[in-house]
Amino acid sequence: MGTDFFILMKSELSLAIILFVLIFIKVFREDMSNASLFRLVNILLLLNLIVGFLCNSKGELFGGMFRTDPVIGFEKSILNLGILLISLQSLEWSKLQKHFAEFYMLLLSTLLGMFFMMSSGNFLMFYLGLELSTIPLAALSSFDFNKMKSSEAGMKLILSSAFSSAILLFGLSILYGCTGTLEFNALAPLISSVDHLQLLAFILIFSGFAFKLSTVPFHFWTADVYEGSPVAVTAYLSVVSKASVIFILLTVLYTVFRNLGAAWYDLLAILAVISMTFGNLFALRQDNIKRLLAFSSITQAAYLLVGITEGSILGWSSVIYFILIYLCSNFALFGVVSFVSARYNKEMIADYKGFYATNPFLSWVMVLALFSLAGIPPTAGFFGKLFLLTSAATKGNTLLIIFASLNMVASLYYYLRVVKAIFIDKNENPIEKTPLPLSLYLSLGVCIAGVLMLGIFPGVFQYIYKLF
Amino acid sequence: MNSLFLIVLWPALSALAILLCKGAKQVRTASLVASAIQLGLTLYIAFEYYTLRRAGDHSPFMMQSNLNWFPQFGISLHMGIDGISLAMLLLTSVVVLCGVLVSWNISYLTKEFYFLLILLSMGAYGFFISLDLFTLFFFLELAVIPKFMLIGIWGSGRKEYAAMKLALMLMGGSALILIGLLGVYFNSHTSGGLPTFDLLKLSVVHIPRNAQHILFPFLFLGFGVFTAIFPFHTWAPDGHSSAPTAASMFLAGISMKLGGYGCIRVACLLMPEAAQYYGPAIIVLACIAILYGAFATMMQKDLKYINAYSSVSHCGFVLLGIAMFTQTALIGAVMQMVSHGLMTALFFAVIGMLYERTHTRMTADMSGLLKIMPFLGTVFIIAGLCSLGLPGLSGFVSEMTIFMGSWQRPDAFHRIATILACASIVVTAVYILRAAGKVLMGPISNEHFRSLKDAAWNEKLASVILILSIVLIGVAPFLLSGLIRPGAFEIMKTIANATVLN
Repeated sequence: MGTDFFILMKSELSLAIILFVLIFIKVFREDMSNASLFRLVNILLLLNLIVGFLCNSKGELFGGMFRTDPVIGFEKSILNLGILLISLQSLEWSKLQKHFAEFYMLLLSTLLGMFFMMSSGNFLMFYLGLELSTIPLAALSSFDFNKMKSSEAGMKLILSSAFSSAILLFGLSILYGCTGTLEFNALAPLISSVDHLQLLAFILIFSGFAFKLSTVPFHFWTADVYEGSPVAVTAYLSVVSKASVIFILLTVLYTVFRNLGAAWYDLLAILAVISMTFGNLFALRQDNIKRLLAFSSITQAAYLLVGITEGSILGWSSVIYFILIYLCSNFALFGVVSFVSARYNKEMIADYKGFYATNPFLSWVMVLALFSLAGIPPTAGFFGKLFLLTSAATKGNTLLIIFASLNMVASLYYYLRVVKAIFIDKNENPIEKTPLPLSLYLSLGVCIAGVLMLGIFPGVFQYIYKLF
Repeated sequence: MNSLFLIVLWPALSALAILLCKGAKQVRTASLVASAIQLGLTLYIAFEYYTLRRAGDHSPFMMQSNLNWFPQFGISLHMGIDGISLAMLLLTSVVVLCGVLVSWNISYLTKEFYFLLILLSMGAYGFFISLDLFTLFFFLELAVIPKFMLIGIWGSGRKEYAAMKLALMLMGGSALILIGLLGVYFNSHTSGGLPTFDLLKLSVVHIPRNAQHILFPFLFLGFGVFTAIFPFHTWAPDGHSSAPTAASMFLAGISMKLGGYGCIRVACLLMPEAAQYYGPAIIVLACIAILYGAFATMMQKDLKYINAYSSVSHCGFVLLGIAMFTQTALIGAVMQMVSHGLMTALFFAVIGMLYERTHTRMTADMSGLLKIMPFLGTVFIIAGLCSLGLPGLSGFVSEMTIFMGSWQRPDAFHRIATILACASIVVTAVYILRAAGKVLMGPISNEHFRSLKDAAWNEKLASVILILSIVLIGVAPFLLSGLIRPGAFEIMKTIANATVLN
């Protein structure tokens, strides 16, 4: 223990410290204004991001319950970056809030839960982290107290999460019954594809993951929750929350269930194809931009599943790389949507007609982000998607590649609809020209820099690849 | 890093420079200077190419440079040119320069317009010099979205519909290409070692025959969508006719060539056996496109639709030339790409200029324009004559080369296809002469037309550059065919080897 403890758990500890600071502020300085709270928390989050990059080493704590290595460290840094971006984008929205400190507390405690989940070396720890990340999320979803839809979103999220947790726990208990352990390292050699009970356990556990990833057929909660939640929370749900689940899913599939490789390969491929097709079909007809993004996030998660099927370091690093790119592009988009939604209460695609005439900067940000989501060069999304597909191609599954490629075209249609509204359609009274706060410039700047640079310059991908 | 990199780097830099410009005038001047320098660069590359060839360098691809990009996936920035790519580069830089010249009067969002034009040209330049399939695909897709924006924002008529249709169909085409590319990638490590996207390494790998049979249609049809292969040609008429003048020129002059080039360079070179197997099917599709395009053109009343449908027909010749698999026909196909690029660019340019003045593109509403605007009228006639294949202009030599090459295939099927394709020239003559007669000759029907002014300096310059290139190819076709021959020879060698294997 000793110094080891502090180094290995640095990300969790630094989040916990910020949480304590927030609690002290809430108790002793209740009169602190939202603006100064905003400034303070952002500085702390920036420090937290920097701490995440320092001395990432490999190690275990608490008898293998908690483990970390450079890859997990980098994954946590991605999420840290995400939370910083969300926080920077929520200034406009914070002006409407009375309980802004609580917003941060909830946000940080879900992130803490995710960190524990990602670092877990045991399914019990994993479950603990999962619940710690889910319950505050439900509270966050219903954070717009004066909106009916927000309460609805919170309710839906907590109910469906409870349901998925129950399935997951059922799977875990069967697994424990079969093998007598829940430790990742001990489980791996005990699992064989001959035992049908284990296969059932795997499918139940995987369903639990699929719920969090809102993979079809476990996607029903997604659109309503995304639409009802405050935009910052929607952004968080669609990227950070999903990313954390993907990260632990990678570990679980590649290490614990590696003996079931053939089984999960088919499962992933089928789920991926179904999800991207349904996600696209539903997205085609959406008029609310948040709902559109909800369905598009189902499709994007499906592409991640395609990449995961590769089953080795190449697929693993492509998935991490794609998540980083997806984070940048989605947050660029959500940053604008969140600002417009908080300032003008407009969330429909039609509201963005003629947006370019009044807000060229925000328009370019949105368009670049949309192109990145659609996978159009020179944005990073193109590279991210192609790497996922190329990884999957090394398995030689032609049908999977055909479905994935054709779905990229289908998804282009709805992304282009938004581009068309912004650039081409005329509007009598477009969204007015608005000066932007510095924090929004900063966060959008980071996102757009990511969207433009991450692909063309190969450094980041090489960095991720070399972490293994 | 060598001078070839500048070919893609320069458009990127000039696009950035355009973003920094202030005011429409600066933007215009910057784009003009940038594209003129680009033409100079391409000419310099051509000069260097000839010097190397003269010095006895007979490697299939010259001036190669190879930088690692994503080595884990076998992706590198591998660039190099042969005669075919050089011909395409020259075509692109001429059309881009003229496109910039004819868009002088764009006043709505000028900066964005030129930015997108240059971005589009960058996609084309990169595509033609890439020797890595990933990079090639990157540049191919880079050229799609600017077209959507150009048509959607500055277009006319049913522009939203046309823009969306074009973007989706072309992206559909590139999705097919992607499937083919990933299939090739997967099959590239059958010979051991890491899978790769490198074209030169791939060209020595023998892809198993049944894999070729599955993948070839994806690649060929995918690139075919870009050349408006029948039945995927429907984006072309709508897209061309709704696009602003420069975008039409780029679409027909450059973008459709991306497809033809890809068919030759990627599909046929990597999968020669499947190419031969599917050859007859391609010939059938090409003949349908040639005849259908020609007859459909006869029924059109709108000048832009006339040129768009005739483009479908003319690009059919390209595919016909490729699928005949004789060296002469292949050279003809590439010459036809260059010639068609120049000729349609000229045609769309002059149609755009007429439209700007008369505000109509309907042949029925125009007549006697030659008397009012002698310069534009003459340009119109030259473009038309080139399109119908008058000797002395580029259209004649390239079509003639294709027919000569096709006639080398002695069996009945290829002979019939050749005869049918030849017959379409008669139809071409009908619609071209009819359109020219209606628009240019006869009495002046509309008194407003009398006050119209003839071409301005920029329009004259653009027309003269294009006409000079057309005449140069027409009078001295050996310049172009000599350039193309070594490249075509290499490809034919691969295909001939495949025949032996068969």
